[in-house]
Amino acid sequence: MPAENLVEISDLSFAYNKRPILKGINMKIPRGKIVAIMGLSGCGKTTTLRLIGGALKSRSATGSVKVAGQEVRDLDQEGLYRMRRKMGMLFQFGALFTDLSVYENVAFQMREHTDLPESMIRDLVLMKLNAVGLRGAQNLMPSELSGGMARRVALARAISLDPMLMMYDEPFAGLDPISLSVIGNLIRHLNDALGATSIVVTHDIQESLKIVDYVYFMSEGVVVAEGTADEIKASKLPFVHQFVWGEIDGPVSFHYPSPPYRKDLLLELETAHAA
Amino acid sequence: MPHRKVGFGLRGIGHAMVNGVWRLGYASRFFLLTLVSSGASFRRIHLTIREIYFSGVMSLIIILVSGLFVGMVLGLQGYETLQKYGSESALGSLVALSLVRELGPVLAALLFASRAGSAITAEIGLMKATEQISAMEMMAVDPISRVVAPRFWGGVISMPLLAAMFSAIGVFGGYLVGVVFIGVDEGSFWSQMQAAVDFRQDVVNGVIKSVTFGVAVTAIALFEGYDAPPTAEGVSHATTRTVVTSALVVLGLDFILTAFMFRGV
Repeated sequence: MPAENLVEISDLSFAYNKRPILKGINMKIPRGKIVAIMGLSGCGKTTTLRLIGGALKSRSATGSVKVAGQEVRDLDQEGLYRMRRKMGMLFQFGALFTDLSVYENVAFQMREHTDLPESMIRDLVLMKLNAVGLRGAQNLMPSELSGGMARRVALARAISLDPMLMMYDEPFAGLDPISLSVIGNLIRHLNDALGATSIVVTHDIQESLKIVDYVYFMSEGVVVAEGTADEIKASKLPFVHQFVWGEIDGPVSFHYPSPPYRKDLLLELETAHAA
Repeated sequence: MPHRKVGFGLRGIGHAMVNGVWRLGYASRFFLLTLVSSGASFRRIHLTIREIYFSGVMSLIIILVSGLFVGMVLGLQGYETLQKYGSESALGSLVALSLVRELGPVLAALLFASRAGSAITAEIGLMKATEQISAMEMMAVDPISRVVAPRFWGGVISMPLLAAMFSAIGVFGGYLVGVVFIGVDEGSFWSQMQAAVDFRQDVVNGVIKSVTFGVAVTAIALFEGYDAPPTAEGVSHATTRTVVTSALVVLGLDFILTAFMFRGV
């Protein structure tokens, strides 16, 4: 019987050039669920996602990341690639191959990893494109797509081999309200239809709370809060409250750390006098 | 304090040397990895053919036009010099030997570096900046095998063909100026050329040179693109480095190869 959690992260710490990014985080991603990792820019969300996908291999990482019971850091290149064939990832701006058409982008993994006949690849590509509503755009090039369309094509490409784990890196960034809802609905719908598990890294609170089952809140490399969407909305924790309701004042201050304002101004005055 | 400045200076030199050696090692590892991962470039030959089109066919215009002008200048300058000694009939051999031994491979490689090499670096650098390389890795597809190796072999195959075309059109340029415009005897132009150019000594050595330059220029272009910082500035610097480094390496290699090939001839 498969384990209840598809991804398990225990005491994970990570540093870039001795600068700590993650400081002992713990997460459990249950099978079949959509879990969001939220937090401010630079809090370590994307780093966590990259460590799950094995894209960051560093001696400075300590702790454990297990996907389907396998320790990611113990995998060699071949093992890592075998694991990634069961994963799909949607990059922030789609990362479509600009020299390939929409059709070829979606067919890319099928051509690389399977020996399917061309007629079957065509049917599968059209099914995937139909699922994201872009069957009619199959002959367009990525440069002819809007931001929302590019994200949907990238989504069709990511699900082309029916992955068991979908990872979304800022899927809502830079989208208009309609595209935002479309992508949100697709994430939920595709997760349920494929029987997959999804991890959504985002700071778009309103859209993501509509679709996710569970949320981890990160700040400065640690998990500061977790819970269901309703629990997060009702949270009294000052950081979570400020984040959810978009308040200007709170634990995250408006000003970047700086010396006292008065001191800075006086210094300027003194310099002018000296001149 | 002067000794402190000297200390900083020495540390800077040491740091630059260590960086240089590290980068050379990294580039060598990248080159070996490209060779090892080249299987797919031949199993799926359409990937390599596509790169031959982009690197080779798309460079044809600049190669042919430059070759024609270089040949015409050779015809003009050669005639001016040779007629002083009454040997204008040797114009054919002068034009052909200059092109086949030196100018064809070297100038074609320099043009190839600025046309195709810079394009390869910019393309791979942008693929990196727009996360296309990361996306490929996350799809369990090795970018060295899928992106780098076909471009490498595309460049290596294109380069000698371009150099050959450069030399051929250059000879035609020399003929045009020497025989058609100035009036050198056509029979002696071609017969002197045929007698002077040795297939093994001149043509084969020229081909060896152009293959070597093709390997060097394409490897440099690929490495610079793959190693470029994923920013607009990073890609722009990498493209510049490709052209500058390729030019220096081609000229340096040309001297070494010439010293080995034509010593005592």
